[in-house]
Amino acid sequence: MMHNHKNESVFVSGDEAVALGVRLSRPHVISAYPITPQTIVVERLSEMVEDGSLVARYIHVESEHSAMSAAMGASSVGARAFTATSSQGLLYMAEGLHYASGGRMPIVMMNANRSLALPWSIFGDHRDSMSMLDSGWIQVYVEDAQEALDMTIQAYRIAEDSSVLTPLMINLDGFILTHTYELVEVPPQEEVDSYLPPFSTPNKMSLEDPKSMGFSTSPADNMEFKYQQHKAMMDSREVIKQADKEYAEIFGRSYNGLIDCYQCDNAEYILVTAGSVTGTARVAVDSMRSKGIKAGVLRIRFMRPFPEQEVRNTLAGAASYGVLDKDISFGYEGTMFTNVNSALSGTAHIPRGINFIGGLGGRDISVQDIEEMFEALRLCPAHDYTEYRKNRIRFVNMGVSIHE
Amino acid sequence: MDKPELKNFTKPESIKDYPVGPSFSGGHLVSVNSGWRTFKPVVALDTCTGCYRCYLVCPDGVIVKTEAGKVAVDYDFCKGCGVCAHECPFDAIEMVKEDLQK
Amino acid sequence: MLLYLNFQNTVSNIATGGNMIKVRWLGRGGQGGFTASRLLGKAASLFEGKYAMAFPSFGPERRGAPVLAFTRIDDKKITDRSEFDSADYLVIMDESLLDESAMTSLSSEGKVILNSAAPQRYSSLAGSRRIIALDATTVALEIINRPITNTAMFGALVAASNIVTLNSALSSIEAEMKPAIAAKNKDIVKKAYDLVKEMIDG
Repeated sequence: MMHNHKNESVFVSGDEAVALGVRLSRPHVISAYPITPQTIVVERLSEMVEDGSLVARYIHVESEHSAMSAAMGASSVGARAFTATSSQGLLYMAEGLHYASGGRMPIVMMNANRSLALPWSIFGDHRDSMSMLDSGWIQVYVEDAQEALDMTIQAYRIAEDSSVLTPLMINLDGFILTHTYELVEVPPQEEVDSYLPPFSTPNKMSLEDPKSMGFSTSPADNMEFKYQQHKAMMDSREVIKQADKEYAEIFGRSYNGLIDCYQCDNAEYILVTAGSVTGTARVAVDSMRSKGIKAGVLRIRFMRPFPEQEVRNTLAGAASYGVLDKDISFGYEGTMFTNVNSALSGTAHIPRGINFIGGLGGRDISVQDIEEMFEALRLCPAHDYTEYRKNRIRFVNMGVSIHE
Repeated sequence: MDKPELKNFTKPESIKDYPVGPSFSGGHLVSVNSGWRTFKPVVALDTCTGCYRCYLVCPDGVIVKTEAGKVAVDYDFCKGCGVCAHECPFDAIEMVKEDLQK
Repeated sequence: MLLYLNFQNTVSNIATGGNMIKVRWLGRGGQGGFTASRLLGKAASLFEGKYAMAFPSFGPERRGAPVLAFTRIDDKKITDRSEFDSADYLVIMDESLLDESAMTSLSSEGKVILNSAAPQRYSSLAGSRRIIALDATTVALEIINRPITNTAMFGALVAASNIVTLNSALSSIEAEMKPAIAAKNKDIVKKAYDLVKEMIDG
């Protein structure tokens, strides 16, 4: 635990931790529209603005589309902007996501991961953010409330870096993280100020240096702007690692960059996860290890930019790997599985991979479920190819039989 | 107003038993709510004037008009919220602590 | 109403090693079960230097609907967020929720803390120390005139388990609640605590 005596210890939910991180980051503008399970973030922020502990312009808009539009308006005059959403709200602002990233506006947004209708569901899975991977936003998936607070601060540092200038989405698992209470260390404002400089960008409306902003392109120029965005996202990898390193120097906490591994060094069977289910997976890894099975878990923190080198290096020596997707691209496979498989393409020996589709619409994933995943990974290298291919995509913890 | 129709619902055992998409037959309930109460409304029929204000304000629609021109509570579905007692202009309804001896 | 509780049905605790304590809180919407789970977590983490995690079972929230909440307490960082069904303590805030299925969520060594309008019904089982029954509703009604039993059950659990000290429990109430209601809730905690201590020691 942190020994910084200036830290304040609090027992808060993931949502509250984000609000505390936002206040420390000194945004100028907060545009807010509530949606379960993000509501507590925007409610806490409104209380903070009301009581004066957060000096910011709080704009209560009438929809998420407007929330993103207002954040863009703020960013375009050089203001540091924040907004938050989830699920249906994220999709409602979908065109705004592309606008913000294409406009190189380093907005930071918290997304509470929640399933998408239909059927209507308020419960958590990753379908909302995974369906927005192509929107040009940097995407991080945090595991606990402490990381949620820390990444909110780091997010502005990464997004606003002059070589990046790309908006960043912080994903928290709906309910499992947003509404679960745990111990969080809140750093003092002075330390955050020393880490996070004020926002400065060349892309802002100004009387001294007038700009034409948000223009259109013909086929002659569009690809050049898109290439720039792609390059900036690729360059952000180093910025992310540096931001993490400097954060550790000041605050004493590191998250190891783009991925976070547990017991992967000599692991034969590795499960790839994202978000707070990793915590349950760690317990399962300990349980498997106590039975002599060399299990490990690879937590992907950033889905964009995708840590393909780190993933490739970590999975190279495994006998088999599993990817636990809380998402499914209907008609094919889970999105993380697709991304991981591509990272392994072209390597001399590709271990066998199994996609575990679980947790959709808030379905529980238990330690036992994950132990069964490791058991499946243990058995699959020995199967013949046809057998393996037939059972490569598996839905976990179904309440009914799905066999014909 | 009639009592809701109570239908027994058994969870599907096979994926084939699920409806195609989120659409299913309507107009019924699958459980009673009587276990939810701590207090239950008791109507003093001598005081009741049959103004039907409670019938109007009950959020669950469990107060019914009787042939005698008064009201009665459907205790299978009353959740004990107390709005009826609060709204009765004649204080004819009292919220009484439920004895859970079964 | 169950007069004999079949403890043989309870699932044996999956050995996870370490000193993790798991508490399940079972109540109805509006009775403050989730608040109680947070009060315990706060007491353990902010006032006793332990790690804690508190969360509700997430489902539609309506006054009267059954609510399940969880508290985990450990000496080391807690990472598992899944719901558990092998609790060391099962706090039942509403007697109508006590049934065989509720009992299967208790570990083989687990204890039940029960709010009952007639606690003497359970005196035959008191000797086993597996069930502690008290009339928390009356404690709450007498002090705050409302049947909100969460802080009484919190006090009862603390007395029955010693997971945290009474002082930490009271500090937690002060830290969590506004001053106007904290004072009376501290009284409720103390009263329920004393009631249960007397039952156990007396």
